[in-house]
Amino acid sequence: MCLGIPAKVIELYEANGMKMAKVDFGGAVKEACMEYLPEVKVGDYTIVHVGFGLSILDEKEAFETMELLRQIDALGEEGFAA
Amino acid sequence: MKYLDEYRDADLARKLLADIKKTITRPWTLMEVCGGQTHSIIKSGLDQMLPREITLVHGPGCPVCVTPLEQVDKAIALASRPDVIFTSYGDMLRVPGSTVRLSPDAHGEARDLFAVKATGGDVRIVYSPLDALKIARDNPGKTVVFFAIGFETTAPANAMAVLQAKARGLTNFAVLVSHVTVPAAIAALMDSPDVQVDGFLAAGHVCTVMGYWEYEPLAEKYKIPIVVTGFEPIDLLHGILDCVRELEAGRSGVRNAYARSVTRDGNKPAQAVIQKVFTMTDRAWRGIGVIPMSGYRLRPEFASFDAELRFPEVQAIETKESPLCISGLVLQGRKKPNECPAFGKECTPQTPLGATMVSSEGACAAYYRYGRYSLPSPREAPPEGVGRGVGGEFK
Repeated sequence: MCLGIPAKVIELYEANGMKMAKVDFGGAVKEACMEYLPEVKVGDYTIVHVGFGLSILDEKEAFETMELLRQIDALGEEGFAA
Repeated sequence: MKYLDEYRDADLARKLLADIKKTITRPWTLMEVCGGQTHSIIKSGLDQMLPREITLVHGPGCPVCVTPLEQVDKAIALASRPDVIFTSYGDMLRVPGSTVRLSPDAHGEARDLFAVKATGGDVRIVYSPLDALKIARDNPGKTVVFFAIGFETTAPANAMAVLQAKARGLTNFAVLVSHVTVPAAIAALMDSPDVQVDGFLAAGHVCTVMGYWEYEPLAEKYKIPIVVTGFEPIDLLHGILDCVRELEAGRSGVRNAYARSVTRDGNKPAQAVIQKVFTMTDRAWRGIGVIPMSGYRLRPEFASFDAELRFPEVQAIETKESPLCISGLVLQGRKKPNECPAFGKECTPQTPLGATMVSSEGACAAYYRYGRYSLPSPREAPPEGVGRGVGGEFK
């Protein structure tokens, strides 16, 4: 239930007075409510839980974290050979 | 898929494992709070690849598991009413309750919601509470009850459903609320003398909604590191590495290892709607007991949507837990699932004695599904870099 997965926003529209979106979970397209993401745009990736977008994934933060992790100087790596 | 594939990269995982190994000098016990993280750890075999100094204990963050028995029993009683369409997230349907005698119109007894459905009760699985609202619009002659359970991750959705029902005058919609919150549970665990945890991996999606400022006083009070952690293997290793670094350096405090989704303040519009609809209350946690101010209930202005007030006869139900089940100890990180004598014998996903064996976020279900059958020997060195995966000797 907490295992929200990233989904790409492919269409935004309004239904029943709420901001809604068609979102793409890597192939499976579903409807999700975007009321909690007033600034969401088509093309953004969001974490969707039980039909609601809860965050827009931050590309800059994601890149910086990944760079930081990739820079780890892993001495003793031979202990974890493939 | 972007934001998934790169967080499952095996080379990077090896690098992080090596760095954790290099950093650690003594045994540490870390608790991952969220059941989704437990499943990810067991599925990817991280529990078997980490250095032996690290003991991962599994926390209470499985919403289905901690939903108290009396609420499950009330759900069964409500669902058996002919004037009710009962809607729920799918995981709740096989959660064992007490054996509940069904309403006079239905026949016999039922121990879970599936059994109610089998006797003709109108029980429907929904993906989102908005689906339950649609069912209410389409069935004006019935009361549609939604089982509003979960942590802070489902609260924005469940609150919005109530708000929408009120705005649209959907008087045939009601919610059976059983909402719990993470910070109170961390405090309760740290206050318990039986729970020994050195650091926490906080649940990344709870913090996506609520931010992590609530955890700062906890880290300070208990002098522990709390690291906001995501769900993919690289996210989990990142969280564990940060937590180990803090512990080894003797530091406490909150760190964010899931910055692509989590900010300190969280999602403010979602918090505003939660606060509008819900207020904090004491909540009973299945297997743990009552934790003060550890959950939400509806505010008085939304009382007409409260299924317990609309059907007051479901209040008085005598609950009965399985005497064999130790899920309460599992949920507090005091026992591993495979330390339970009933694990894999009387208790399997097909014949669950407790909710932890049912839920896709339950620790017992993870251990069963991914073959952690034998009793743990946490200080025994696992084969380095090798996840044993599914298999193992069934004892």
